[in-house]
Amino acid sequence: MSEQRRSRRFVEREQRELRRELLITPCPELGLVAMSGPNDPEPGLEVRDRRVVSLDGRSEDEFDALDHFIARHGIDVDVAAEAMALDDAELARRLVDIDVPREELVRLARGLTPARLARAVALLDPVEMMFALKKLRARRAPANQAHVTNLKENPALLAADAAEAAARGFAEIETTVGVSRYAALNAMAVLVGAQSGRAGVLTQCAIEERRSLQLAIQGITTYAETLSVYGTEPVFVDGDDTPWSKGFLNSAYASRGIKVRFTSGGGSEALMGHAGGCSMLYLEARCLCLARAAGSQGVQNGSISCVALVMSVPAGNREILAENLLAAWLDLEVASGNDAIASHSPTRRTAKLMGQFLPGTDFVTSGWSVMPRYDNMFGGGNYDADDIDEWLTIQRDWQVDGGIEPLSEAEATRVRERAARAIQSVFAAFEFPAISDAEVKAAMYALDSRDLPDRDRAADVAAADRVLVEQISGLDVARELDRRGFTEVAEAILGMQRQRVSADYLQTSAIVDSSGAVSAAVNDPNRYTGPGTGYHLDGERWQRLQHLPHELDARTLEDTSALPAQVVVVEKHVAAIGNEPGDVVIAVGPAFADGLQATIGGIAHRDVIEALMEGVRDAGAEPRLVRVRRASDVAFIGHDGALLAGSRVAVGIQSKGTTVIHRADLQPLDNLELFGMAPSLTLDSYRAIGRNAAGYALGQRVGPVPTVMDNFARAKLIVRTTLLHARETAAVAPDAPPLELELVETNGTSADRPPKGGA
Amino acid sequence: MVFDAARDYPLGTRRPDLVRTPGGLALDELTLDAVRTGLLEASDLRATAETLRLQGEVARAANRPELAANLDRGAELTAVPDEVILEIYTALRPHRSTAEQLERWAERLEQEFGATMTAAFVREAREVYAKRNLLSPG
Repeated sequence: MSEQRRSRRFVEREQRELRRELLITPCPELGLVAMSGPNDPEPGLEVRDRRVVSLDGRSEDEFDALDHFIARHGIDVDVAAEAMALDDAELARRLVDIDVPREELVRLARGLTPARLARAVALLDPVEMMFALKKLRARRAPANQAHVTNLKENPALLAADAAEAAARGFAEIETTVGVSRYAALNAMAVLVGAQSGRAGVLTQCAIEERRSLQLAIQGITTYAETLSVYGTEPVFVDGDDTPWSKGFLNSAYASRGIKVRFTSGGGSEALMGHAGGCSMLYLEARCLCLARAAGSQGVQNGSISCVALVMSVPAGNREILAENLLAAWLDLEVASGNDAIASHSPTRRTAKLMGQFLPGTDFVTSGWSVMPRYDNMFGGGNYDADDIDEWLTIQRDWQVDGGIEPLSEAEATRVRERAARAIQSVFAAFEFPAISDAEVKAAMYALDSRDLPDRDRAADVAAADRVLVEQISGLDVARELDRRGFTEVAEAILGMQRQRVSADYLQTSAIVDSSGAVSAAVNDPNRYTGPGTGYHLDGERWQRLQHLPHELDARTLEDTSALPAQVVVVEKHVAAIGNEPGDVVIAVGPAFADGLQATIGGIAHRDVIEALMEGVRDAGAEPRLVRVRRASDVAFIGHDGALLAGSRVAVGIQSKGTTVIHRADLQPLDNLELFGMAPSLTLDSYRAIGRNAAGYALGQRVGPVPTVMDNFARAKLIVRTTLLHARETAAVAPDAPPLELELVETNGTSADRPPKGGA
Repeated sequence: MVFDAARDYPLGTRRPDLVRTPGGLALDELTLDAVRTGLLEASDLRATAETLRLQGEVARAANRPELAANLDRGAELTAVPDEVILEIYTALRPHRSTAEQLERWAERLEQEFGATMTAAFVREAREVYAKRNLLSPG
């Protein structure tokens, strides 16, 4: 039956990784709709005696807990009338109007309700959203956050990975635990590691709120982003919190001098079964209004752990970008997701990333996995250690700062050792289970935690308990490091304690540089107002990001002048036109075996000539070797050769190996056979080319030489091709006549008589 | 020199003269030498209420009144011991407290710690929790 027969292309596509993911039609009643849900309210606001009495279609007596909180703390009644009078389209236009500065948009947002905010951003297309996000980011320069974990919870490896993350320029590092009792030890390893890699990096440990606060109080961590908020009351309550409990916790962190950001993101309400028929974007708008109302300096959003759910519905990506944009519009620091695995497909992951990467956010990812995915305990990691060169290359391609710096292997190994040694000495100081020298070595060079020896987990957990019971503090860690000679690391850890005293990093979008200077939206604000303003990746920073460790110097890449010069051919005299019908010319380019020694496929020019000559002779013709000097193009080299050949047939070959079989009566750019895929040509190919040329010369029936197609050859070799061809072209002598050449024997003598000047 | 909230940020570098630890040390006294001589204790390495209020002023000057209010509540909470902080947080979670229990926390915040803004915040929770059925039945 024909209807049972499957298209092999469809079957093949079904096997691709992408197809492991479900795409679904919108299901608004379950909250599975990106924007504009059927229950999303009409925007509306009524203020009486400076009190919000109606919000987005609900009167005060109908308010849920979120409405109450937003009405009391999240609407600036002095701006509300003016802002709410603007319609959706006018607000959307202002978002992308280069003449409406960030301050003005932020001022207006203070008077807008969640429904109005959501509807205005929903009018923007992806490029408009990116533009608006670029304009609205709070801090001038973008930055990035790292994730550091490992399955064995090995402290030496945690420290080494944190150090590498710090040395790569991450401004924040987040760790977490597999076993919650480990938290104190993991946090300590990451603190010590980070400060070994670069002073000033903020560190946190994602765990239950009370324990998280406890670690921060002891100075083992310096920030937290575990304050999750949700867009409906039932989900908030299921999360065992209310806007007031979260708001109080936010103040509590501030009181201990600890940086905090809230976490929200589309899809969480649907996942937890209480979206109330509202769209993901509208519910996120409520979360963000709430976060600002509670006095948070920022959020981690952009769907975060529910990203794959949001991306299952149409316009999911656009919704995620809209969330980030809304947060920035509300003047919040944005750590913009891209941490949880968004898709099985690398293409789809990176397409999603561009929304945040190109405009730049305060933290482009809210966790870039510095270790391989195997060791990521945040549920995978959208990008991980294996992707580092890709990320760096994409930064270089776009001239965009994604917050990650290149690092040489030597430098990475150096900071990893320093960190592993430092945590080793901290463990010794507190009489925690010893970290062996073998562990230090393994942590320096490991792929992942499988390369590390197993530790006594029960003993480590007991040590972690001691950190809490004995209240071992960041200061204690600094003291012990100083005593054991790690003065710089000790100084860096003390520097982080000093930050808690001045509390400067509690302001919006704050990060700390290696000198301890704080850069935040207050003192380093984004003032983008069009080309030539705001942050631009240039100068020293651009030099730093563009020079990758594996980058090659174009000027020396194909320079073989340092190699011992081998005499392969000698030039005899100006080439004459042949008379014999079996005379087949092998015409080589200006630099062939003279300056350049091998083809792009690495075959020595001598061997190429020998194979071609052998082929010609095999088929019963006589090869004659000629150098064309007036052109470097293979067509003209071949055609000039053909004009000299008694048979009117020639093989033309460039130094890089590109070959043509030509005949005198053809136009120069025409040919008998062209072999453009030089990298895939072998000595057998060159012999076959020689045989075919002889076949054409002798008027035989000739089948084309089979060639291999390598579709990646161009991507792989176009740079070398260009450089080789540049050298060939440089050797061109425009008016020089072709010269007859003689192949020098491998023992240094020519085939029938000594070369000029003797051997 | 008078504090100028619009210009004096970061305090750590622009106005270190205004920043002290709870024990009265200046930022430039927080050195490894001080650690070596035992002059520094962990409990001294945190922001004071005064510093947080200055940060609140910075936030207000930068048109961030909600962040400023949070920093002001934070300033009040510097006086509240860690265990009490964690108890209040738990009390504010859904269905944990009766209206009377929340009112007692508000009174304690006011009377024992002078935390009037935080007390108002807790009373607001009490009022909304009553309307939204988020109180403990007792």
